[in-house]
Amino acid sequence: MSELALQQYLDFAYIAAVVLFILSLRFLSSPTTARMGVLAGEIGAALAVVATLFNPEVAQYKWVLIPLIIGAGVGIPLGMVHMTAVPQRTALSHAFGALSAAMIGIAEYYVGTRSVTRFQMGEIALEVIIGSLTFTGSLIAAGKLQEILPQRPIVYRGQNIVSLSVLAAALGLAVALVVNPSNTLLFPIMVIVALIFGMLLVTPIGGADMPTVISLLNSYAGFSAALLGFVLNSKVLVVAGALDGSSGFILSVIMCKAMNRSFTNVMFGAFGQVQASAAAAQEERVVRSANAEEAAAILSAANKVVIVPGYGMAVAQAQHKVRELYDSLTKKGVDVRFAIHPVAGRMPGHMNVLLAEADIPYDRLIEMDEINGDFPQTDVALIIGANDVTNPAARTDQSSPIFGMPILDVDKAHSVMVIKRSMNPGFAGIDNPLYYLDQTLMLFGDAKQFVGAIVRELGGGH
Amino acid sequence: MPADFISNLYVFILAGFVGFEVIKRVSPLLHTPLMSLTNALDAIVVVAAIIIAGRHETRLTTILGAIAVAASFSNMVGGFVITDRMLRMFKSGRSKQS
Repeated sequence: MSELALQQYLDFAYIAAVVLFILSLRFLSSPTTARMGVLAGEIGAALAVVATLFNPEVAQYKWVLIPLIIGAGVGIPLGMVHMTAVPQRTALSHAFGALSAAMIGIAEYYVGTRSVTRFQMGEIALEVIIGSLTFTGSLIAAGKLQEILPQRPIVYRGQNIVSLSVLAAALGLAVALVVNPSNTLLFPIMVIVALIFGMLLVTPIGGADMPTVISLLNSYAGFSAALLGFVLNSKVLVVAGALDGSSGFILSVIMCKAMNRSFTNVMFGAFGQVQASAAAAQEERVVRSANAEEAAAILSAANKVVIVPGYGMAVAQAQHKVRELYDSLTKKGVDVRFAIHPVAGRMPGHMNVLLAEADIPYDRLIEMDEINGDFPQTDVALIIGANDVTNPAARTDQSSPIFGMPILDVDKAHSVMVIKRSMNPGFAGIDNPLYYLDQTLMLFGDAKQFVGAIVRELGGGH
Repeated sequence: MPADFISNLYVFILAGFVGFEVIKRVSPLLHTPLMSLTNALDAIVVVAAIIIAGRHETRLTTILGAIAVAASFSNMVGGFVITDRMLRMFKSGRSKQS
């Protein structure tokens, strides 16, 4: 076979891969076809990888096959992690993707130093900067989610000026390289500066903002791959990168809307600093509390119950106990549904995955916009480990830092029960007036133990 | 401006629109698997990494290429494995009873 004909076969394999990738995402529109989507993606990826191994440019296989085996050896355990570890695994995979894109861009610079044009230099520099900052930024995000690093925002005075100066330095070095592409000394400095910027970018961001940050990093990782496609003139990379980039971008927009905040506010707003003082100013108010027995009595007398899960449920690993609660209430003829706020948890869709893992049917998991109209007809709203997403101050109190954020209207339910460790304000330090309403009962305790106690009471009741 | 750039820009813009239209329809229920699946698809950069590593031009580019192959292939394998595991867990009320 002549080399030209072979090249055409390779191109056909890549085109087939691109078609399968788009179908793969198309199948994801419904849970019933979603697994076919994975299959389509796998076939497309396998086709592209195998075709590439036949590329005549591949002169030796040792340093291709060994890394492939290592990659599989790392990837399979990372695919088998527990569902509660999915957010940090996702952040880590953004880091790997960005690392890979950055490494290829760097290699491309050193391969072509003599012949690289100014235009190519600009593409490479931009690609390597985005890849590098996404790599370190994602590592910091993964560290925060794994709780190796503190989840609270780390802030200091003049932080934004420092961060933006570092970014400006990286871009300045890129411009200098475009002017003189053969200045090989500047290139590694630019990479290091971009790596530092990635760390500075994510360090100040708190845990509650992680859904947006993960989505943004997802988008950066995608766009760095697309840019790499421009550098290498590889359409399959351009398409895959554009798909991944737009997916991350759409998710970021959804997350920002769900918090009523802008990108710049998330990235440079250092949430959680200002509100500490606001919360301290609140006067003492009376709350009503109840024990598991009382809670069980109220729940079993209800017709319609809506459970609102939040990050606290994930932390307490309470999802399996929640399933038992769902089962025993359903058995008593109570209609139980789950209200899912878009930013509940640490990444988009986090609560859905945890509840699906606990075997709760997905048609019981209802999005915010769909369920909000039903709260006035709901007998009991049971909140497990969620806080800000239920705070009615977002609707009414213009001085609240979360004013304007769309929330779950739990305060419209006939009665509200909140499982919470103590009256300490939540992560963002914002006081929640929901807890002082007449129809609210506070259930103080660990989410897992308290739900377990309610289940036992329900079991003993009949 | 090189001709390649223009044709790549066409592809990028069209793929961006396709991505937007397709991903808009993904149910919020599946946003976590969406992210892990697009991650696995994005790992297609492994094909570029294989060529960089396989060309064996200088020691430096081979090392960089080999790191890129390992990093992106682990994303590819891990991304598909975890997406499938997650999607297997999503059962409707009806299929649960049967």
